[in-house]
Amino acid sequence: MADSVPVSDLGPFPSTSARTVPGAAVRHSATVRVTHCIAAFCFLALLVSGIEIVLSHPRFYWGEEGNVNTPTLFSVPVPASRHSVPTGYDYVLPDQNGWSRYLHFQSAWVVIAAGLWYVISGLFSGHFRRILLPSRPDLSPGALTKVLNNHLRFRAAGDDQSYNPLQRLTYLVVVFGAFPLMIWTGLAMSPAVTSAFPFLVNVLGGHQSARTLHFFCTLFLALFFAVHILMVYLAGFRQRMRGMILGVSKEDS
Amino acid sequence: MNEKISRRKLITKGLAATAGLSGLAVAARLAAKYGLIPPDWGGLYGPGATLTYAAQRVLTRHSLAREFPRTMISKAPFANGKAPELEAFKRLQAGGFADWRLQVDGMVAHPGSFAMSDLRGFPSRSQITQLTCEEGWCYIAEWIGAPLSHVLDATGILPQARFIVYYPIDKMDSWDSIDMADALHPQTLLAYGFNGGDLPVGFGGPLRMRVPRQLGYKSVKYINRLTVTDSLRKFGKGLGSAAAEGCYSWYAGI
Repeated sequence: MADSVPVSDLGPFPSTSARTVPGAAVRHSATVRVTHCIAAFCFLALLVSGIEIVLSHPRFYWGEEGNVNTPTLFSVPVPASRHSVPTGYDYVLPDQNGWSRYLHFQSAWVVIAAGLWYVISGLFSGHFRRILLPSRPDLSPGALTKVLNNHLRFRAAGDDQSYNPLQRLTYLVVVFGAFPLMIWTGLAMSPAVTSAFPFLVNVLGGHQSARTLHFFCTLFLALFFAVHILMVYLAGFRQRMRGMILGVSKEDS
Repeated sequence: MNEKISRRKLITKGLAATAGLSGLAVAARLAAKYGLIPPDWGGLYGPGATLTYAAQRVLTRHSLAREFPRTMISKAPFANGKAPELEAFKRLQAGGFADWRLQVDGMVAHPGSFAMSDLRGFPSRSQITQLTCEEGWCYIAEWIGAPLSHVLDATGILPQARFIVYYPIDKMDSWDSIDMADALHPQTLLAYGFNGGDLPVGFGGPLRMRVPRQLGYKSVKYINRLTVTDSLRKFGKGLGSAAAEGCYSWYAGI
């Protein structure tokens, strides 16, 4: 049973109850594995549907208003799925916004539920404190520079069983910064939600600012996703995937 | 598996599953009773659409869409469309829309129709709101019109009314509908004025449904018929709007 595995996350020693894989260390708790899996699927669904939605108007603005008659902050050099948008391409992509919007909001509901589950259980289990919060000495400029240097030279970060401070900071920014900002800027684009909670959009500077910030936040998360996959690959793809999917990782070194 | 499924565990899990399922059933009954289930609740994306509609209905039943100062009215609003090609529309336009009529039927005590002058006779409301398109663009404009609730009151809607279906003159296939929370909302207008003047044809003149708490596609242009109903099942495929039949969610609060 998944929930018979101790919630020890990155426990460095083989768990006594996970004897089925000899020499294995319990890598991630059931909550972390399940919510990570849900978040991964939702992220991809949100990314694909979000790209489709952007294709119907790949122009970005700042402030409250913005349309084809107003100057842009920037525009993405891609063809559009609407005739009304000047893009420089002489063809128009098929409209995919219908299912994309349905999928986008459905995935948002699921990822919010999984995110709440992960954050609330993580606060109670000490997951964030033990696994993600960097220690004070690790945060000294010297220590951070050293980790950064190692990374830039593609050197292994040393202790394989624990996240290095750079990794911890990145995960914390993603969990407590990027995801909440994504949800906030998304809700700030809803005319119904902002009718009840106008401050959600007003403090961002307006509807188009919220949309542009939502896009920047997507770029950040997409970059994180790419680097995350790269790091998992460099650290041993099979072993990390086993750790995140099965909760165990065989030490094959 | 290093552990057998114990009897205690089986009973606890069974009870939890039963409680969960009955909880879900009760929630569904309650949601249906309080009108929190959208007509496009079925299908692959039904759960998400239903959650969005139910949550936003609970949170926003009486809230007012953001209104803006006059200085923020867009200097370059986007019409997103041309005048209908329909012969009947061109004839009415040539006559200055004096003969444009809004027919009201269905679950009303006094079915009938209103001329533009009748609609202008209702107490008017002016509001500066944002029109937000699902594509991502928007503009701010002043909309002037008769609150839909006044017109519905004048026709005497029956107590069982739950939705207002509305039709444009030019494309019978772009009909839409809203629930009573939006229909009776003070900002939902049968709009005939725009930025101090008549509503230009490009923006939906002479008469446009204006639902500022939902995306632009619910604000259907060239409205000439309203049908009051207690169920959307008999309309089209029963999904509540032509947009929903084309895979655009019926509720467009987001």
